[in-house]
Amino acid sequence: MLTKRIIACLDVKNGRVVKGVQFVDLIDAGDPAELAARHAVAGADEIVFLDITATHENRGTLLDAVRRAARQLFVPFTVGGGIRTADEAAAIFDAGADKISINSAALARPELIGEIGAKFGAQAVVVAIDARRSDPHAPAQTAEVFVAGGRTNTGRRVVEWAREAESRGAGEILLTSMDADGTRAGFDCTLTAAVSEVVQIPVIASGGAGNAQHFTQVFREGKADAALAASIFHFGIADVRSLKEQIQRDGIPVRLPC
Amino acid sequence: MRVTVINYKAGNLTSVMKALRAAGADPTLTDDPAVIQTAERIILPGVGHFAATRRLDETGVTPAVREAISRRVPFLGICVGLQWLFAGSTEAPDTPGLAAFPETCDRFAPGPKIPHVGWNSLSLRSESRLMSGISNNSYVYFTHSYRAPVINATVAVTDYGEPFSAAVEQANVMGVQFHPEKSGETGLQVLRNFLGWRPC
Repeated sequence: MLTKRIIACLDVKNGRVVKGVQFVDLIDAGDPAELAARHAVAGADEIVFLDITATHENRGTLLDAVRRAARQLFVPFTVGGGIRTADEAAAIFDAGADKISINSAALARPELIGEIGAKFGAQAVVVAIDARRSDPHAPAQTAEVFVAGGRTNTGRRVVEWAREAESRGAGEILLTSMDADGTRAGFDCTLTAAVSEVVQIPVIASGGAGNAQHFTQVFREGKADAALAASIFHFGIADVRSLKEQIQRDGIPVRLPC
Repeated sequence: MRVTVINYKAGNLTSVMKALRAAGADPTLTDDPAVIQTAERIILPGVGHFAATRRLDETGVTPAVREAISRRVPFLGICVGLQWLFAGSTEAPDTPGLAAFPETCDRFAPGPKIPHVGWNSLSLRSESRLMSGISNNSYVYFTHSYRAPVINATVAVTDYGEPFSAAVEQANVMGVQFHPEKSGETGLQVLRNFLGWRPC
């Protein structure tokens, strides 16, 4: 049976892993290559590096971290943050990533999705979407897409952009609820379901993971194919293995490493 | 241990090369039929569209592979590489496969989400060298929209709305639909099994 994926995300800044709440107040959480390997051994189904430096001066630092991490990773490895061109994506693939994720650049120039896909396959292109509602009680369908690390509202509806990304050849959607991100109060299940219901490609839910129950909810109610978390792993709150055991007890199929 | 990896300019081969090195091999990447003719062991990796395999015909790789297989050189196709062992695929009806197996690959039947992406389990069907030491129901990583049917040579079956061939093996011709380079320790074991098998 196809299992639900648990993805460990590392926010990388200047070659170090950091974690903040709602995109601010960053604290140092360790070396990306070392943490990636630890998560994979503990049972993470996939590893994501999200470069939040996203400046060209520090590109070398990121590529170095990707190269070091890839050496010991034999699970799917995605890298995103600041990728603007197919050439920049190629450099990340050369360093050892299996997929790249693009966000602002895809909104600025949606053709980029197809350009990278044509060269590396659709499965290698993840379109990341940062979404926020005008107020927390507004319907999920009204959530809008933000770019530039959550600073700029594009005015586009999330559901509509997810559909366009799919039609342009995205392999997966990584959907972050900015309202839920960093709160550890649970994923935004209605937002995730609203997107998952309109696309055929896998939807990865992100933002708000605090405990095993939250994952079970987003797989059931949110219809997510995968769920991503960062902070709950880095600080020893939940290791991936015990998290998966709890989710499995709830009746969700997951891969338990032997 | 030397292994020749066929480069047909489709997708990213870094992960395959890296996993082969981790499994103890010394891989060479080539699209030169002359190199393939003298190979001791051949891997055809691949993600992407079946039509990309047309390049194998255009560059003269197909006859070189056919000749190597007839010399009992061990051959492993990965993902589209497994599908290429069949007569063809409805994904690109004008592109012939190697036809080591006479059946055709087809898109998943409507039902679950397509593509099939993620970790799914292997049901082992019979004794095989490729799956040696791997426990039944082990998980491996897939990403594909087209699948090969279950045939006599199928040694592992995976279910996604319908059963399909996750691994095939017939004499020295082998293929896996999943990505052994991305399937953790199970995947590395499959690669070691392929690399360690000595044809008599």
